[in-house]
Amino acid sequence: MMTFAGSQQIIEVIYLLASALFIFSLKWMSSPATARRGVWAGEIGMVLAIAGTLLHHGIVDYKWIAVALVLGAGIGVPLGLVQMTAVPQRTALSHAFGALCVTLVGTAEFYLRTPDVPRFMMAVLSMEVILGSLTFTGSLMAAGKLQEVLPQRPLTYRGQNFVNLSLLAISIGLAAYLVLHPGAKQLFPGMIGIPLLFGILMVVPIGGADMPTVISLLNSYAGLSAAAMGFVLDSKLLIIAGALDGSSGLILSVIMSKAMNRSFTNVLFGAFGQVQTSAATDQEAKTVRSATAEEAAAILSAANKVVVVPGYGMAVAQAQHKVRELYDALSKRGVDVRFAIHPVAGRMPGHMNVLLAEADIPYDRLLDMDEINGDFPQTDVALVIGANDVTNPAARTDANSPIFGMPILDVDKARTAMVIKRGMSPGFAGIDNPLYYLDRTLMLFGDVKSFVGNIVRELGGQG
Amino acid sequence: MGSNLIDALFIFMLAAFIGFEVIRRISPLLHTPLMSLTNALDAIAVVGAIILVGEHKSTFSTALGVVAVIAATSNAVGGFLITDRMLKMFKTSRPTKP
Repeated sequence: MMTFAGSQQIIEVIYLLASALFIFSLKWMSSPATARRGVWAGEIGMVLAIAGTLLHHGIVDYKWIAVALVLGAGIGVPLGLVQMTAVPQRTALSHAFGALCVTLVGTAEFYLRTPDVPRFMMAVLSMEVILGSLTFTGSLMAAGKLQEVLPQRPLTYRGQNFVNLSLLAISIGLAAYLVLHPGAKQLFPGMIGIPLLFGILMVVPIGGADMPTVISLLNSYAGLSAAAMGFVLDSKLLIIAGALDGSSGLILSVIMSKAMNRSFTNVLFGAFGQVQTSAATDQEAKTVRSATAEEAAAILSAANKVVVVPGYGMAVAQAQHKVRELYDALSKRGVDVRFAIHPVAGRMPGHMNVLLAEADIPYDRLLDMDEINGDFPQTDVALVIGANDVTNPAARTDANSPIFGMPILDVDKARTAMVIKRGMSPGFAGIDNPLYYLDRTLMLFGDVKSFVGNIVRELGGQG
Repeated sequence: MGSNLIDALFIFMLAAFIGFEVIRRISPLLHTPLMSLTNALDAIAVVGAIILVGEHKSTFSTALGVVAVIAATSNAVGGFLITDRMLKMFKTSRPTKP
């Protein structure tokens, strides 16, 4: 060890630099003005760390490293070029890749070191592979559901939580045994296989609307497993990066669960997707008022202040560019148009903002729930495009509603609310929305994209 | 090992605090790019995988290491690429549009 002290110290200094760059990278992400600098800082840190690692004295063979780096970069480029609407599934897939890397390294380290694994080392190594394995399959499941190669509907069955928690308990039990008897090689595959199964079963009961929480949570797990890997390899850089990623995922999960009015324990134990009670009961005597694109255009152009509420329906219909045309047409007429973004609109945190930014809508027009909610009473028209549950006033008033207590956008307080919707079918959670039956609400029935296009045409823009 | 372990725990704790404080300030506007960025940074696990491959202690460990390097590198490359693509799209209304 002593003879290599020189190069070892250089490597450590490089890692120190990379760690600082990573922290700056996240710090610069706090504002859109500096965020791209944050990406560069991260890239430089990453390149430095990899270059430093290649100086490592223990490395005897560079051939396979080179092959793997080239192959990885080859896979990474197309994954970095996916469409913006596909970002949620891409993100889930990259959580899976990150977790895969951590699990494989953990596995290799175990077989190289067994049976001489100190207890603490075995404990963190177990944590590394358990978190890594369940994040791997859980993220693959999430990606499959988001890509719609797997059914999006939540699958629930009796005793689901019991089965899941038992599986988790068994894998922790195996880990505990291995900590005491690190030579018990035959148990190790179980400690990987059971969490792999758990990861699948954990995501099975989760529906599309809960994806923002799940993706954030998996992000956190991926980070924590990387931090655990840092403990195993005694790599401070890895501990720091893992801790940053873990805390980021945790913060996002907490924000998401608050926005869905789910307690954090509820989220942690994967019990989401269970509020699918059918509240849709008395459909009879309620009447709705509907309007044509022409009427909607007339009301919009007479308004001073318009707030657009986009939801996942806008993303599905790929209507964000049409929405931009509407924004342009109204802005040209002097109408003040802003966008109200609910934290869980879309399929991952911040998804709507990215789609609207892609359509060239300036980001200072995009406001989150807390910023805009006080403005709805002074708003002439609130235009809901492809959103449903996040505008449901029953969340404020009806204690029997499954979404009671969930913070919503107060669209019903605007002077006029307009909702573009295909038909009267209830939203994803199967909950009826009293907003639609208010006197001040106009329903605009039709396909989201073509309806917005029709309004634009009526306004005299190039629909 | 003993003192190393305690050092590592200190580092973990401090980094987690920094993470919480820094990330708490990030506007919901940028939560999607934030997640792809942290994902890319997390790919730093590649350093562990590289050493595993390079040390070539057994065929088994080298094989696992190669797959691990591929997975992590694709995350780093793809993650930085898409984060930058997303951030390029965020514009204010203040400067005149082309």
